[in-house]
Amino acid sequence: MASLTEDSATAGEEQGGVRRRDFINVAAASFAGVGAVSVALPLINQMNPSADVLAEASTEVDVSAIAPGQAIKTIFRKQPLFVRHLTPEEIAAAEKVSTSELRDPQTLEDRTKPGHKQWLITMGVCTHLGCVPLGAAAGEIKGEFGGYFCPCHGSSYDTAGRIRKGPAPKNLMVPDYSFTSDTVVKVG
Amino acid sequence: MSFPWANEYKPSTAFTRYLDEKLPLPRFVYNAVGAGYPVPRNLNYFWNFGVLAGVALMVQIISGIILAMHFAAESTVAFASVEHIMRDVNAGWFIRYAHMNGASMFFIVVYTHIFRGLFYGSYKPPREMVWHLGLVIFLLMMATAFMGYVLPWGQMSFWGAKVITGLFGAIPLVGEPIQTWLLGGFAPDNAALNRFFSLHYLLPFVILGVIVLHIWALHIPGSSNPTGVEVKAEQDTVPFHPYYTAKDGVGVAAFFIVFATLVFFAPNFLGEPDNYIPANPMSTPANIVPEWYFWPFYAILRAFTVDFLFIPAKLLGVLAMFAAILLLFFLPWLDTSAVRSGHYRPLFRKFFWFGLIPCIVVLGYCGGSHATDGIVLISQIAAAYYFAHFLIILPIIARVETPKPLPNSITEAVLASNAGASLQPAE
Repeated sequence: MASLTEDSATAGEEQGGVRRRDFINVAAASFAGVGAVSVALPLINQMNPSADVLAEASTEVDVSAIAPGQAIKTIFRKQPLFVRHLTPEEIAAAEKVSTSELRDPQTLEDRTKPGHKQWLITMGVCTHLGCVPLGAAAGEIKGEFGGYFCPCHGSSYDTAGRIRKGPAPKNLMVPDYSFTSDTVVKVG
Repeated sequence: MSFPWANEYKPSTAFTRYLDEKLPLPRFVYNAVGAGYPVPRNLNYFWNFGVLAGVALMVQIISGIILAMHFAAESTVAFASVEHIMRDVNAGWFIRYAHMNGASMFFIVVYTHIFRGLFYGSYKPPREMVWHLGLVIFLLMMATAFMGYVLPWGQMSFWGAKVITGLFGAIPLVGEPIQTWLLGGFAPDNAALNRFFSLHYLLPFVILGVIVLHIWALHIPGSSNPTGVEVKAEQDTVPFHPYYTAKDGVGVAAFFIVFATLVFFAPNFLGEPDNYIPANPMSTPANIVPEWYFWPFYAILRAFTVDFLFIPAKLLGVLAMFAAILLLFFLPWLDTSAVRSGHYRPLFRKFFWFGLIPCIVVLGYCGGSHATDGIVLISQIAAAYYFAHFLIILPIIARVETPKPLPNSITEAVLASNAGASLQPAE
């Protein structure tokens, strides 16, 4: 047996320095590596949102009771969601702004659904570091652009929920949603 | 390794001789922190803080294991279970206050330990590995402290978790999936609380492991000393035990006096009252601030308010905050002066006491304050100085400075200062 392995080893070296033992080493290491990775994947993926968290990932909101000029705070994916019924003045104010002067250029049309321009539905999560901006509940300050104001680091949003001043990089996020009837919105 | 004149372990009883053959653990301890480890004879009280950090870690591990017996890591009851510890568990208030303030004591001690290293040049070769392992411990400590702070599930816990995990959201493209992955949801909730508890329990033991490496790496060149002159002969050293076990004992007693004062007379002095309000995802506290030991880093995070080229301000802040610590890994190569100790470096010393230290105090003050325009401006200036100190000022000082003459040996320095002291009364 010893002479056999020696023979095969020498034979390999003659073919450009590759021994049969090298092939076995590479094959064994690759096999173990693929095995390790395939076990690691579920161990990493378990950190992602579980099925029950994802099951709560959509929510329905009845907007019929919200009068123009009012807004409500509700919960979507365990985070605040602002549903705001814009007044004609607020719509006009949002449309008057030219997108070229915005940090995150979007029009009010981009941020609302066709035919439902008066409904501004955004996450109540400041895009800076995730605080809840003020301005949805009655009596809260709305900031100098009449929309929302984040008390943490002073970001001001306008009546279309767009960032106008302060450290936040983006407009308030508009989640995926659709009107299932004239008064019911399905978010997520 | 050790110096050739180190005392050798000699088991004196039949049992210790038997043990020494089978498992030489007493020999290991004797060589590590006993009479078998020769230490420079001139260490001052700043050299106590390594041992004190070890004591603080043990306090945290013991009090933490007990707290875990009474705490429930579930978002609906976590807050109540902490109140249960405070009100119902026998001596629960004492154990929780010890753990809370123990974290602050740990950071006080570790920051002093780090500044000792910065002033006396302990990071320089041949001890750069010791320095690097120390920074790894520091990073692990920060992660552990942050996750521990989330566990009581108060308002600051929740919003702290939201802001800090939100930092990962600043990473381009992969940021938001990473944030969701870290939290196990779209916002901090039960999944996040559970995994933070698991990791908060694990990491102290990882820290313990890295401390073993830290001490191992230290014992290869041996401890540094206030002159920065290396040990040359036997008369430069004394055995760790009894000389430094006794000196460290004095420090440990002082440590526990300060610690007990905090626990018994001002247990909430360093904390935020908002954390006694249960977490509410719908309402943000007026001023989200981390614990005091993160203030300087939080100030750097908030100092970036303007986008630079294509990089948004938020990402810049996050990068700068991490860079503030990662920068220290490069310190052994930024400060190229051959002289270690700040005592013999007149220019370095001025920038240390009148530049770096005030800069960090100012950053700390700004990080703990509400972010007004003025505070942000001051943080920007201080953050700029912080980076300039390490990246520009230190390398320049190393080149232009004329250091004071070094003593030939530790013994010479000690004898000279003794002679000076005995001459003084005669004058």
